[in-house]
Amino acid sequence: MDFRLTDVQLQVEEMVRSLSRKEFAPRAAQVDDEGRYPAENHRRLAELGLLGMLFPASFGGAEAGPVSYAIALREVAGGCASTGVGMAVTNMTGEAIFRFGTDAQRRRYLPMLSAGNGAGAFALTEPGAGSDAGGLSTSAREEGDGYVLDGSKAFITNGANACVTIVMAVTRKSPRTISAFLVEPGIPGFSIGKSEHKMGIRGSDTVSLSFEECRVPKSSMLGAPGEGLKIALSALDGGRIGIASQAIGIARSALSTATEYARDRRQFGQAIGEFQAIQWKLADAATELDAGQMLVFRAAFLKEKNLPYSKEASMAKLFATEAGNRVCHTALQVLGGYGYVREYPVERHLRDIRVTTIYEGTSEIQRLVISRALCG
Amino acid sequence: MVFDLTEEQRMIQDTAREFARKEVLPKAAELDENSRFPEELIRQMAELGFMGIAVPEEYGGAGMDNVCYAIAMEEISRACASTAVIMSVNNSLACDPILKFGSEEIRREYLVPMASGKKLGCFGLTEPGAGSDAGSQKTTAVRDGDSYVVNGTKNFITNAPQADTCILFAMTDKAKAHKGITAFVVDMKWKGVSLGKHEKKMGIRASATSSIVFEDVRVPAKNRLGSDGDGFKVAMSTLDGGRIGIAAQAVGIARASFEDALAYSKDRKQFGQAICEFQAIQWMLADIATEIDAARLLTWRAAWMKDRKMRHSKESSMAKLYASETAMRSAVKGVQIHGGYGYISEYPAERHFRDAKITEIYEGTSEIQRLVIAAALLKG
Repeated sequence: MDFRLTDVQLQVEEMVRSLSRKEFAPRAAQVDDEGRYPAENHRRLAELGLLGMLFPASFGGAEAGPVSYAIALREVAGGCASTGVGMAVTNMTGEAIFRFGTDAQRRRYLPMLSAGNGAGAFALTEPGAGSDAGGLSTSAREEGDGYVLDGSKAFITNGANACVTIVMAVTRKSPRTISAFLVEPGIPGFSIGKSEHKMGIRGSDTVSLSFEECRVPKSSMLGAPGEGLKIALSALDGGRIGIASQAIGIARSALSTATEYARDRRQFGQAIGEFQAIQWKLADAATELDAGQMLVFRAAFLKEKNLPYSKEASMAKLFATEAGNRVCHTALQVLGGYGYVREYPVERHLRDIRVTTIYEGTSEIQRLVISRALCG
Repeated sequence: MVFDLTEEQRMIQDTAREFARKEVLPKAAELDENSRFPEELIRQMAELGFMGIAVPEEYGGAGMDNVCYAIAMEEISRACASTAVIMSVNNSLACDPILKFGSEEIRREYLVPMASGKKLGCFGLTEPGAGSDAGSQKTTAVRDGDSYVVNGTKNFITNAPQADTCILFAMTDKAKAHKGITAFVVDMKWKGVSLGKHEKKMGIRASATSSIVFEDVRVPAKNRLGSDGDGFKVAMSTLDGGRIGIAAQAVGIARASFEDALAYSKDRKQFGQAICEFQAIQWMLADIATEIDAARLLTWRAAWMKDRKMRHSKESSMAKLYASETAMRSAVKGVQIHGGYGYISEYPAERHFRDAKITEIYEGTSEIQRLVIAAALLKG
């Protein structure tokens, strides 16, 4: 048992915190206001090696490991949650390609992703397949030396800015088999649909994708035929550590604003932080965030050691995102009317964090994963 | 960041788990029912080194770290919360302050027998009028030559009826308020020390709780811990460690509620299937299991910080606050999952519920923990 961060982890924390505070946080309100994809932030992440944190240097990555990755993502999301989720999905895509891809696929896509020449995207969700991810209907029909994709994907983060998208499709109806494909933008039959107007993470690019008679070569398949769902679920286990970290980062920022406000704001002749009503909120929020952080680090540690971590990643995501939502809600309340206006960042934090209990597996799906592990 | 247990930590976990399952668990219901002090278990725990886990071997302890202490506490509490609090008070509240603030002579005389479990300790801070407001002590200690003369009453003192030694807090200078408090090591057999009211409690009924009356008790000056006026500091620093013990106890009780409810939900069939097949039950189990893991990690973090001699007041309070409230939530859900069977004493769920409640109260209520945490946050 050792709760210290390593020197490298501490360096990552310091570097990314400073980047996020100096460059991402000051732009975050404007990015949110305009619903603009912050391409300049994505470039900065690439320059600092933060887009290929989970694969080795031989493919352009930084191979920093899951704990450093969790720290970096937390710090980025603390400044700008939209930038954070873009980073999370790009890293997740890269890791899946590294783990399941052929050497040719790795050589083609990993350097591109880590250099920031486009983001990575992960297309599993469909209009009719959300939590029931296995119920997707996009099909990939084998034809000649390739496959023909037909169908549509919904709510795809980074979809419009991706240099490569992992697309899950049904390759056989009976027995039902799902396979994964690496699809590049601009190929005939692949079009990018409408950009969603969202409550929060408004700078993150969220689109639908549609495939009409879209031909891809056989060499674009990621993993073996029928491995699609396995690849998706394994990527999501790691992805959940990322989203849990994102939630911790957003909530920490909200709590830090609220704590500072409680120290400065005076009512009834004293700082509102002198009132137990406010102290209680801050104490509970800080305690829950620390607990969430421990769960996140534990899951990342297990992943780093190549031990099973699926249940622990779900616990981390469930706890950190639910607690994070409570913390942002509380923080807004501490600021009162100022919490509700855009002059302060807390209303944005609350809008941003709301999605974390939904994407990469809702809280309900996390509870299913956990209870299945418990009940056997 | 390493979440593996060390060899030693794993070893004590195995030992404590095995002992708790074989020796403690079968007795827990009877101990509770009869409010019987588990003398035989305390003797066995002494042999295992559990009465002074983090005390160096040269002072009679097991010479392990505080993470080991938290681990052992959790396992004993999983079986019997009463037995565990007897152990916690001896380790954290009696041994630790002597180790930290006692002279070499006092350590030899009082710490060695307590850490080895030959004698039992208690902690006399609370008074009828001084609960959360521990600084408002009415008990007085007046200097008279080479000794002090103590008068006053302490109440809600865990282990008091069986204790040989008491860490006692008394006012030596009223004008200085909490800075006028001094800590002493008092032999419970000394003239003028007597037991007062014996409490009947909702839970942890096998642990004995009494008031202690001090009437003109002469305490030699050499039995003072620290200097005159250091008492409040001694008490607070001791409680920082004690809260780790109670947090671990709470994790153990939470686990007891959870593990019993999980087993029940797999057996119990309604509507043609085991009730653990229903999402209503799965949700409760998933939430409790997650919260228990979080509580344990907060507890181990605080223990780890204490081992490294880092300031850990805030982290101990977070662990205690979160773990104790988790124990209560877990107990409420544990009873609920059992339905009617949760409410009758044939099943242990209702005992866990009664035992869990105290963890939100003693060694600083949840409200005091929030005060400590908020003060640390606002100080920045």
